[in-house]
Amino acid sequence: MIEIKKLSKAFGEKRILSDISVDIKEGELFSVIGPSGMGKSTFIKCLIRLLRPDSGQIVVDGQDIASTRSEFLLAKVRRSFGYLFQEGALFDSLTVFENVSFGLKYLTDKPRSEYPKIVKEKLALVGLKDVEHLKPSELSVGMKKRVSLARSIAAEPKYILYDEPTTGLDPVTTGMVKDLITDMRAKLGITSVVVTHDLKLALEISSRVAMLYNGEFVEVGEPAKFRQSENKAVKEFMEISGLSRE
Amino acid sequence: MKYCVTEKIGREVLGLAEALGAGALMLKSVFYWAFRSKLEFNETIKQCVSIGVNSVTVTALTSFFTGMVLSLQTGHSSQNLFNEPLYIGTMVAFTMLKELGPVLTSVVVAGRAGAVVTAEIGTMNVTEQIEALYTLGTNPTRHLLVPRYIAFMMMLPLLTVLADFLGILGGALVGVVRLDIPTSVFMNDIYTYVEIKDFMHGFLKTFAFAFMIATVSCYKGLHTKGGAEGVGKATTEAVVMSMVLVMVLDYFISAVLVAVGI
Repeated sequence: MIEIKKLSKAFGEKRILSDISVDIKEGELFSVIGPSGMGKSTFIKCLIRLLRPDSGQIVVDGQDIASTRSEFLLAKVRRSFGYLFQEGALFDSLTVFENVSFGLKYLTDKPRSEYPKIVKEKLALVGLKDVEHLKPSELSVGMKKRVSLARSIAAEPKYILYDEPTTGLDPVTTGMVKDLITDMRAKLGITSVVVTHDLKLALEISSRVAMLYNGEFVEVGEPAKFRQSENKAVKEFMEISGLSRE
Repeated sequence: MKYCVTEKIGREVLGLAEALGAGALMLKSVFYWAFRSKLEFNETIKQCVSIGVNSVTVTALTSFFTGMVLSLQTGHSSQNLFNEPLYIGTMVAFTMLKELGPVLTSVVVAGRAGAVVTAEIGTMNVTEQIEALYTLGTNPTRHLLVPRYIAFMMMLPLLTVLADFLGILGGALVGVVRLDIPTSVFMNDIYTYVEIKDFMHGFLKTFAFAFMIATVSCYKGLHTKGGAEGVGKATTEAVVMSMVLVMVLDYFISAVLVAVGI
């Protein structure tokens, strides 16, 4: 379980997150939506301490990582996370096989002889095969995203963080990524946090949706409840996204 | 207007202080991971090839021709002054071993390998690959910086030895062929007057140059912002800064080495 208590983060004078509090329960698919530039990526990066919050607590399975300086503790907690970056963040100089197996060396004690089997298995889970020898530059945007997802789940994390998983994808690939996210939760029981500006996607796949606006969660709730929100920002965002309240 | 100038100076000073602080933290992290974790052996070998082996041709050509022109110019000057080319071997060897070997090699390595390091780390930075390293259980300093520091520190001194040798060889070639100095005389000028400490003077300096080039290249890469344009800007800044610092450091280290008798 991830407990976020009074989380705040500013860049210079600009306040991005203001006293955000929320609990993300085991096995849930929690989505954070909001317009671009509202701090969604900042929020998700704080969760794994890629960014250091100014104040507040981030308690992951009982360990507060918000203000720790212990590299050991951070490394330990990060082991429970997989992270799907917006642009994939695959290592250009490595092949797909090396990318997917990269984390196994540092995050697990598995022998190297098992890497090919694990890589093949994870690539199959994201619908790819016989691409192990390719370099990221030889892959399409959708394939890169899937390889990146395979890399995120290779070490079998407890939590996966998705940063704008469908940005820049065509409708077919978007549907594919959407299925992958729900599959990861259904097949592997992984707790997921998705940040996206795609409200339709969030309402379709999430168990709970939160709207981040002006540094605060202005609405948090199940998709059905979220649709009925009376909050002005939520209503506007629903309208812009072309969604009705029903 | 006065206020604006003061404000600008203040911002520059703050920026410099911030950069020095960030640089110091990076160095602390490099030392921490260099001694506290297992070496990334494959990555270190890869960097030795990229930084060292791939710089051999350009270093060889630069030093060989520098040795040749050094011999030619000193030979002609000597001929004009004394009617014969005196002590050309000594002059070429002294200059190559103490100054041109280490400085030219450092400039070449800063321009070629330093640029590669900054561009590579900078690109990784702007495409979130550095952050990905954290999420995959390793640390960018351990995985990227330590192997590059080791590669620079190992390969630059070796390249300098090669540059010293080829520079003297180039000088000897011009001395023998163009200036009609007998090979034995050229070699005797070197053996008689050049000592091992002259070689050590230049060789020791390369470790400081290597450390400085690694620091500047890695720092600029890690602090790259703003996509492809930012990578280009960071790379140019890293190369220019490294080259200038090689010259500045060269004077101060030489002064110290001369003072201690090396």
